[in-house]
Amino acid sequence: MAQAASGQKTSERVSDPIVAAENLNLTFETNDGPVHALSDVNLTINKGDFVSFIGPSGCGKTTFLRCIAGLETPTSGALSVNGMTPDEARRARAYGYVFQHAGLYPWRTIGGNIRLPLEIMGYSEADRAERVTRTLSMVDLEGFEKKYPWQLSGGMQQRASIARALAFDADILLMDEPFGALDEIVRDHLNEQLLKLWDSTEKTICFVTHSIPEAVYLSTRIVVMSPRPGRITDVIESTLPRERPLDLRETPEFLDIAHRVREGLRAGHSYDG
Amino acid sequence: MRNLLPVLSVLGALLVLWYLAVAPMNIRVALDQVERGGATVIPEGSVERRDVSVWRLMAQNSAHVKTGYALDRPRLPTPAQVGQELWKTTGAMAMKGRAWSKRSLIYHGWITLQSTLWGFFLGTSLGIIGAIAIVYSRVAEMSLMPWAIISQTIPIVALAPMIIVVSSQMGVDGRGFPKAIISAYLCYFPVLVGMVKGLRAPEVSQLDLLKTYDATGLQSFLKLRLPASVPYLFTSLKVGIAAALVGTIVGELPTGAISGLGARILIGDQFGTPLAIWSALFAAAILAGMLVTLLDLTQRLALRRMGMQA
Repeated sequence: MAQAASGQKTSERVSDPIVAAENLNLTFETNDGPVHALSDVNLTINKGDFVSFIGPSGCGKTTFLRCIAGLETPTSGALSVNGMTPDEARRARAYGYVFQHAGLYPWRTIGGNIRLPLEIMGYSEADRAERVTRTLSMVDLEGFEKKYPWQLSGGMQQRASIARALAFDADILLMDEPFGALDEIVRDHLNEQLLKLWDSTEKTICFVTHSIPEAVYLSTRIVVMSPRPGRITDVIESTLPRERPLDLRETPEFLDIAHRVREGLRAGHSYDG
Repeated sequence: MRNLLPVLSVLGALLVLWYLAVAPMNIRVALDQVERGGATVIPEGSVERRDVSVWRLMAQNSAHVKTGYALDRPRLPTPAQVGQELWKTTGAMAMKGRAWSKRSLIYHGWITLQSTLWGFFLGTSLGIIGAIAIVYSRVAEMSLMPWAIISQTIPIVALAPMIIVVSSQMGVDGRGFPKAIISAYLCYFPVLVGMVKGLRAPEVSQLDLLKTYDATGLQSFLKLRLPASVPYLFTSLKVGIAAALVGTIVGELPTGAISGLGARILIGDQFGTPLAIWSALFAAAILAGMLVTLLDLTQRLALRRMGMQA
């Protein structure tokens, strides 16, 4: 089904895929025997897509994201990122990665944290200052440059970590349950902000989540995955418009897509354990 | 201020206990002294009294118990006597301009402090370098760590004379060097263990993040591991400096040294002047307290500057 979906996608858009996975497998050897984290994954992500990966724990959604980032190496199959191998793409700093926990350095100010990748990548002093100001305003954290992480709320910290991922010019944003640890109200607000950001920067976003409404609200495509072995069970194209106010979530169209996601999750998961 | 009350109560209780202990500890010496002065003591003669318990002596000679609190050479001096002796050999001498006299504890403390600081510097450097090697190299972890642990199981009193003999064989003049080595030997271990923990403190996701930036090993060391280890470093430095001081004093004991707080303790023992031992002991404790407090203040200052004061 995944292949069918990606085939349909390439026919309507001719541009080169940002991420292309073909027959991707990843097996972890553990003491309890091999664990099939990814089994025969086929997926194409095009430029400007907002793709959500949803599924229960152990379905391989985070593992797949880490494969794209070059943090895990697939056992077999082909995976290209920006036309390169994931490792080359990592070296070319093709993506920004946002982890579930903001992971800001407590000894650096918010500005200092955003400056971290810029220092490592060798941006000039003036360029760094300009980028810090720019990305802070992108995530609505103007005036917090000199504050330390502990002086900010969890939601603000996560926004700062998104700013950190945006500070250098990566076309791809990989986000691993970035709002998973935040409460519903903050999450709604950040979802709305993230959509605006995606719209204005035209980045390609891969977004791992546990939440069906979040996936439906944000994505142009929703990849439904299921565990043991980790695999893609459905790829749903969103028919929602690009412009998405929060109350869109009460429309029948939204609920219809959410229903399909739920069905996909149910089909792929027997709830046996 | 909230902490002051419990601290003072414990201190007060210790002082009371100390004063109470002085009576039975000194009763025999006190009775010998008053008997020589012509007073009647039950039973007569110190040989007779040898087999009588101190409690019985105190009960039978209750009038002379108080003499035990004002002896010249007590078994156990009172806190006040120790305090007077301490003042006589430090503050009083300094006021007379004789702070650097051989009888002044300021002079002996300074000798000990020098070796302690050298040992601390050496031990801390070794500890940090060893920790970096252990964190970055599996071979170093497997080969260094067991030896580091074994090194701490050897009693330092057994090792100290050997270090002194070896260093004099190698033609090193003076006692400062072997003392610093012994001090470093005790001090490097807490720093090593603390720094290994500190350098490993960053979470996997923080290391992964640096990997996504394609950071070099040096960059991730300087920007992540090193700053993350600072709180651990200070904690182990505080343990380390106290250990370094103990190491120096132990190094001064078997060397026949004539200067340093350890030498004062030994000489006091040999010449039967407990007051000298006790005052040197307290001088060492005060010195350790000052060093740890100094490091504590530095830690607060450093962490505040790093913004880690939550």
